[in-house]
Parts: sequence; structure tokens; C-alpha cells
Amino acid sequence: MSDITLEDRPAIAADPQPLPGAPAPGYWKSVTQRLVRDKTTMAVSLVLIGILVITLGAPLVTSYDPYQGSVLTRLKPIGTPGHWLGTDETGRDLWTRLCYGGRLSLLAAILPVTISLLVGGFLGVLAGYAGGTVGTLIMRTMDVFYAFPSILLAIAICGLLGNGLSNSIIALAVVFIPPMVRVSETVTTQARNLDFVEAARASGSTTMQIIRHHVLANVLGPILVYATSLISVSIILSAGLSFLGLGVTPPQAEWGLMLNSLRQAIYVQPYVAAMPGVMIFLTSMCFNLMSDGFRSAMDVRLNK
Amino acid sequence: MSAALKLDPRDRGGPAQPLLTVENLRKHFPVRGGLLNRQVATVQAVDDVSFLVKKGETLGIVGESGCGKSTTARLLMRLIEPDAGSVVFDGDPVAERHGITVTDMRRQMQMVFQDSYSSLNPRMTMAESVAYAPKMHGLGKKEAWERAESLLLRVGLNPKQYSRRYPHELSGGQRQRVNIARALALEPRMVILDEAVAALDKSVEAQVLNLLSDLKESLNLTYLFISHDLNVVEYMSDRVMVMYLGRVVETGPVESIYRHPRHPYTRALFASKPTLDPDRRTTEMPLTGDPPNPINPPSGCRFRTRCAFAQARCAQEVPVLSAPFAGDTDASHLVACIVPEAQAAMTHHA
Repeated sequence: MSDITLEDRPAIAADPQPLPGAPAPGYWKSVTQRLVRDKTTMAVSLVLIGILVITLGAPLVTSYDPYQGSVLTRLKPIGTPGHWLGTDETGRDLWTRLCYGGRLSLLAAILPVTISLLVGGFLGVLAGYAGGTVGTLIMRTMDVFYAFPSILLAIAICGLLGNGLSNSIIALAVVFIPPMVRVSETVTTQARNLDFVEAARASGSTTMQIIRHHVLANVLGPILVYATSLISVSIILSAGLSFLGLGVTPPQAEWGLMLNSLRQAIYVQPYVAAMPGVMIFLTSMCFNLMSDGFRSAMDVRLNK
Repeated sequence: MSAALKLDPRDRGGPAQPLLTVENLRKHFPVRGGLLNRQVATVQAVDDVSFLVKKGETLGIVGESGCGKSTTARLLMRLIEPDAGSVVFDGDPVAERHGITVTDMRRQMQMVFQDSYSSLNPRMTMAESVAYAPKMHGLGKKEAWERAESLLLRVGLNPKQYSRRYPHELSGGQRQRVNIARALALEPRMVILDEAVAALDKSVEAQVLNLLSDLKESLNLTYLFISHDLNVVEYMSDRVMVMYLGRVVETGPVESIYRHPRHPYTRALFASKPTLDPDRRTTEMPLTGDPPNPINPPSGCRFRTRCAFAQARCAQEVPVLSAPFAGDTDASHLVACIVPEAQAAMTHHA
């Protein structure tokens, strides 16, 4: 015994380190704190809230009927009195159409992601935690879907089911399930191999208890972040589907569909024709930036 | 630190009955590859390991990395299923008919892992982590929390300051104290310490070792102490078991093994121990090369490929643990070597 000096035994109760201030707040509380401090995330969240307000509260921000046009007011430019964003090819107020159109656009974008989050997240956590035959079976099935480019797969499913809003939502959900499974499988596999899961097993916890308390708590963050980033892709894809005439049917207002019908007016009123695209771009980018903000706010190690 | 024969109401047999008896424990991991994931080889991680742990003692397991120390620990906790062999906990066979279930065994035997950070859930506070297992075993929320706080206090962390903290806010030594507290939360009788102090720096290591000694005394614990650090094992253990490539090569009381190591591997291991004495500096390499691949271990004695005393019959005969010389040392000092000269040619180590 030479390496360790055992003569002067330090008092066990002594704190080896001085304490920095008050005890740390809870996990979600500190995530919220970091989110509030992040200026970019706060700015894009405000924009998104604004978009939500004008779409859900469309009757309050505009007095026009989104379906009632007039031949007299066809294709007015931006800044026309009474129609500040101009009018479309059948003389309907563009601002009104954008507000009402956002409802379907957001629904067609967020609902597929929610479905794929539930289905894909469940399958992924199952595949990651169970591993073995179950995991291989799930993951190889997902690989089959991966073999098709996502937009082609969505078009194929829509073509099969026929057009309409609900079919485009189903198609996009199917497209988003494989990447969701892949992401949740990866994070679950990482979490399940950590020693604290072993320690929980060694303490006699059941599999369900371990998944609920140890795996899900550590896996939900990354999966949710990925889901938010998928929303931005989903907006573009669902707009793309209705642009191709596979999603919402006219005369309903939807940003992708509006882009398609205004396409013919691009030489007459280019700025007006670009407006639905601007909305798609703005919303998609905001969701993307917000997911970046979530990612860094949820990383425990970046604390302080 | 002799094996204290305290009476414990939880004891089933008398104090002389070993707390843990392990017989012919074996784990071979399949190596898969090639076409259709066929099994192409096996890693013989633990091969016919038998030992016993007496009540109240500390059994140290030493050996190079990859010799099967940690696999043995995981097999004992049933974190991995053994291929063969039996584990008897205080007279009750584990996971067998007429025995105790794995869950019951785990309530009495707990484990502390090497990596203090990854063995704590980053989303749980210290008190939550400690209170988790008792809660899962049906203790009320308030009682579990109280037990966690008293355990934190016991391992030297003031619960007022630490119970609401997260793992990343603590130092390595503090986290390992929490891990020890968590292992004690189910009031186990035996704790497996798998390289529990290996990742700590020396001063913190000494504190944690002293804490472990104190806890052992006050809680009447039995330790299985796994380490590659020979000094630490000498300080902690009553008996020592030396492993090489999945097999036990030598076992016996700590004084006997450290003063008279018999197996050529044990001797080489002790010779490689760094010393601060300039007169006894290491002049030649005691062991050359890496241990052979456990996928294809040498036949007979697994150490023969690196042994200076190897003979032709070492390749044929698998050595069993037996007393080296009658009357020479403690009768419980056993060596797995069939060459008497190898055991006799002894350079005094201590």
C-alpha cells in the first residue's frame, strides 16, 4: 500500500466542492428559461403565433368572403385600396385567401407529422429497446419505404387514394413514418445501452417502468425536435401536393393550390402571384429555426 | 478488516454459510458475421468460473482488461444470462426451482458501475435516482424520498444541497457517492463494485474507498470488489481472485497472494505494478504482448503462450485450482498451474 495515503482520512461528511448558489430548477423549467433567453427562437415563435392568429382568426382580420370574387376586381396589384395585397385571378381578396388558406395548409402540414410522431415514435422506441428480431423486422420494413424518394412516394399514395385533403394527410404521414422510426430507434438504442438503464434493470424495475422513466424521458426531447423540423418539410410537401392538384380541391383556399392557380398570372402581377410562396417559405423557415432553438435548449450539457 | 461474523437477521444459513456460491459459471458470446448472420466464432468471456464469497468479507477480483471480470459481475446480477453454471445466494439457488427469483436476488445484491456519469439518468435529480428503486418496489413516495435523503447524508452529500441537483452539476466523486447511495437504497446485503473507483482521481478515490469501508462496517455488507488496480484491491479485500482470459488462475487470502504469488501470471502481474522504491524499479518487461484472442484461446492452460515456464503438457491439460504446496501456505490459497517449478521459482515480491 503505497499509492494511497490513508493516514489522514478526510471527514466523509465534508463537501469536496463549494456550492454555486441555489439548487438547479427542474429540467423543463430550465429548458423554458433557455428558450426565453434565445432571441431567434423567440422571434420566430412570435411570427408563428402571428400566422396562427391570422389563420384561425381569419374572419376577424378580414371582412371579405374568401370564395366570393368579382370580375371587376381581377388581378389588382399590391396596394390597391380595399385590397392591400391585391386580388387573384377571379377577383378574390388575396389577404383573405391567404388567411383562410393557412388553415388548410397548417392542418395538412402538422397533422401528418403528429400521426407519424405517434406511430413512428412508438415503432422506433419498440425497435430500439427490443432489438433483435423485432427490431430488425421493423427497421427492414422501414428501409423498404426509404427506397422511394419521399415526394414520389407521396404522389404515388395520393394517386392511389385519389385527391383530397385527408388522402394527402395520409400520404404524408406514411412518408414521414420511416425517418421518424429511424430517429427514435437510434436515440433509443443509445439510451438503452447507458449504464443507468442497466442499473435500473439491476434494481429490479420492470421493462415498462424502465421505458417510461428512463428511456422515454431521455428520448422524447430529440424526437420532438426532429418532429418540429419535419413540419417545415411537411409544409412544403403538402403545398407541393396541392400544387400538383393532388391535395385540396378548388375552390378551397390553400397556399400550394393558390400558388398553382396564380401561376398563370405571373407575368401580369408577379408580386401577387408570389405571395402564397412567401407564406410557405416564411412558415417553413420559422418551424425550422424553432426546431433548432428547441434542440439547443433541450441539451442539458449546454446548461449555463 | 477481517471478515466480521456479525449476525444479521436477514441471514438464512449460519454465519459459516457462504453468502454467494458460484459454480462453473460460463458465458460464451457468439460472434456473428458472414452470410445470413451465421455464428462464426465464440468469445469465451467467462469459462467455468467457480468461487464463493463469505458473509461480511470483501472478495477482490483482479486481472487485465478483457479477462472477464465485468462479465462475471453482470452474470451475477443477471444483466446477461449465463450459458451454464449455478449461483447460490445464502443457500438459495438463483432463478431455479426451489430457489429465489432474480428479482428477489437483486433486492439483496446491488451493483455500482464504473462510469459515474452514464450510470445516472441525466433527467433525474439525485434524490429521484436514489428513491427510484424503493419506489418501484412499492415504497411510498414520501418514504422513498426520506430514505433517499438519509442515504445521501450517509454517503457524505448534504441532501439540502444535493437532492435536487442533476448529474451534470456534480463532480465525479460526488456522482459516485450518489451511485453508492442508490445501490444501498434497497438495503442489499451484497454490493458488487465493478471498477467503482477506477475513474476517480487519487485523492477522491481514497475518500470513496474509506466511505465504502465505513459503510461495509455499519451496514454489515459483503463486497465483490472488481478492479485492475492492485493497490486498491490489496487495501479493500480479505480474499483475492486472479482471472486470466475468462478463467480463475489463483485465489486465496490477500496476504498470502500478495506475499507469495504462485501462478506465473499473478507474479508477472505483481511485477508490473509500479513501485516508488528506486531499488526495486522494473528492469524488464514482466509480460510481453497482449493477452491472446479470447475468440480462440490457447488449449490447455490459457497462459502458456506468454509463460516462461510453459511445457509441452501445458497445452494438453487444463489446470484446475489446487493447493500449491502442502503446509506451505494457507490451505485456501489455490493455484491453477500444473508446473511445480513455475510455482516454486518465486521472486519475493513484497
